[in-house]
Amino acid sequence: MSEKTLMAGNIAIAEGAILAHCQAYFGYPITPQNELLEHMSKRMPEEGRVFVQTESELAAINMVYGAAASGCRAMTTTSSPGFSLQQEGLSYMAGAEIPAVVVNVMRGGPGLGDIGGAQGDYFQAVKGGGHGDYHLITLAPSSVQEMMDFAMLAFELADKYRNPVILLPDGFLGQAIEPVVMRPPVTKLPEKPWAITGARGRPKNIINSFAMDPVDYQPHVALLRQKFQRIKQNEVRYEGINLDDAALVMVAYGSAFRSAMTAMQMARQAGLKVGIFRPITLFPFPVAPLSNLSQKVKSFLVVELSLGQLIEDVRLSLSAEAKVELVNQFGGVPISADEILEAIEKIMK
Amino acid sequence: MARLNSKEAETILYQRPESMEARPFHFCPGCGHGIVFRLVGEVIDELKIRERAICVASIGCSVNSYEYFKCDGLESAHGRAPAVATAIKRCHPDLVPFTYQGDGDLAAIGTAEIVHACARGENITTIFVNNAIYGMTGGQMAPTTLLDMYSTSTTAGRKSALAGYPIRVCEMLSTLEGTAYIARVTVNSPAAVRKAKQAIKLAFRTQLANLGMSLVEVLSPCPTNWRVEPVKAMDWLAEHMLPQYPLGEYKVIEAVAALKKEVGNA
Repeated sequence: MSEKTLMAGNIAIAEGAILAHCQAYFGYPITPQNELLEHMSKRMPEEGRVFVQTESELAAINMVYGAAASGCRAMTTTSSPGFSLQQEGLSYMAGAEIPAVVVNVMRGGPGLGDIGGAQGDYFQAVKGGGHGDYHLITLAPSSVQEMMDFAMLAFELADKYRNPVILLPDGFLGQAIEPVVMRPPVTKLPEKPWAITGARGRPKNIINSFAMDPVDYQPHVALLRQKFQRIKQNEVRYEGINLDDAALVMVAYGSAFRSAMTAMQMARQAGLKVGIFRPITLFPFPVAPLSNLSQKVKSFLVVELSLGQLIEDVRLSLSAEAKVELVNQFGGVPISADEILEAIEKIMK
Repeated sequence: MARLNSKEAETILYQRPESMEARPFHFCPGCGHGIVFRLVGEVIDELKIRERAICVASIGCSVNSYEYFKCDGLESAHGRAPAVATAIKRCHPDLVPFTYQGDGDLAAIGTAEIVHACARGENITTIFVNNAIYGMTGGQMAPTTLLDMYSTSTTAGRKSALAGYPIRVCEMLSTLEGTAYIARVTVNSPAAVRKAKQAIKLAFRTQLANLGMSLVEVLSPCPTNWRVEPVKAMDWLAEHMLPQYPLGEYKVIEAVAALKKEVGNA
């Protein structure tokens, strides 16, 4: 049996990145992810790897770009306002096909907001966020174990598709402490013949997202589109709980999912047939599984820590006759199981 | 007299540097960028670092710098080249990344990145081309535009009350302890071009010796946006830019001074 270690979510991401052989970390302090940066400041030098505390989140994302362009597994971690600053860099990286991992431990917004947990950056993560046509693979952990596992998966998917991957926990998960089973470290890294490592014994490599003539750039964007299609076909991940007999299905991710789990147990005890559908990849969104589910179930309740962002993707996925309700919190405030149960009872009574 | 065969008759005095691609520059007639690129190419040849050099391009007229060199290269977002180069060097200390940036890129939008690369003493090299104008976008005011100078966004001349004062980059950065070599040169005469090359070479040698941040500012003509003829642009540079931006070495730490004395920086 694997030994379990008690660990905070933010630390689990750091250790997951180290297990995934992240070779370079760049970050700027922002709450509620500071423990992550602090942990990396000790652990990366211990492992003989690169750590730089940057002058801004802008510098951090551009250092990630440079490190990843030169073939290294690289990561930056931030929280909502910092993630906004990184959108430019993410657009360049998607355009230039640079694989890297960006962690956004979401807090309350808009603006400076607050340091509570929230999910208000959903659109920003899954719809692009920066300029131009692109998508970022977005993973939503809902436990400390998944913070570690998805940090590792994020590096794997980034390299597989040469695309940035977003790990999107919220502040509550970042601070949560739970037992974690440590994973074996990654020892074999993929070859990156495209990387800029010095033009020794080969033609030079160039990394860019630019053409003087639009006619020359369009084919590149068309290739990106093909890649996003492959991602949609191959990488959808989700979890279904108690769906077999469910009359009402909640849709939730992250810490909202944890509250929904408790609410579901309370509802079941009261005899209400409630299930949960949890998207794990927010992009690619599990459109087909939800669509299939709505052939059978007609009542859905979206639970989210934002004003109604996840619900838009849920609505787009479901059949026209499905009824979709929203129960939410926002602005950095957690949602309680009681609030969710109340919403369930209102729908099912 | 017997005819010599061509090999005996010809001595090559001047040719394209080996590290440069056989492609024409995209610059306007009389632009200084072509001269500066060539100097960088000559230095890469002479230091035999083509296989280790990484051209970190910027945004502006130098946007596709990497197209002209036979070394690896990449684009960086506007102003961020020093951050990109920092990461490449930290991850691969054997590589020789250099940024090639204009005045808008380095001295306006990228101020934080260059200042902090210097403050950290990153072991990278920056070629900073200052033509006192935004060239690529059509001649708007740059952070280095001179007072009373015409630009398309200061059509009555740059007035300090409205648009502040030109930034002297070398003077500012040389106060930072992480900088090892900082010099300002120009390319408005053959003698100036030779001096510019020496400075660029010493900057690269500073990096090769792991001595810290090196930066060479090159005052360069932009006849198109200055709206003067190419030859007159060289005179305009001497008359107007040199008083505001005095040439010279602004930072030479002892170890770099020792390098300079060694043979081979000619």
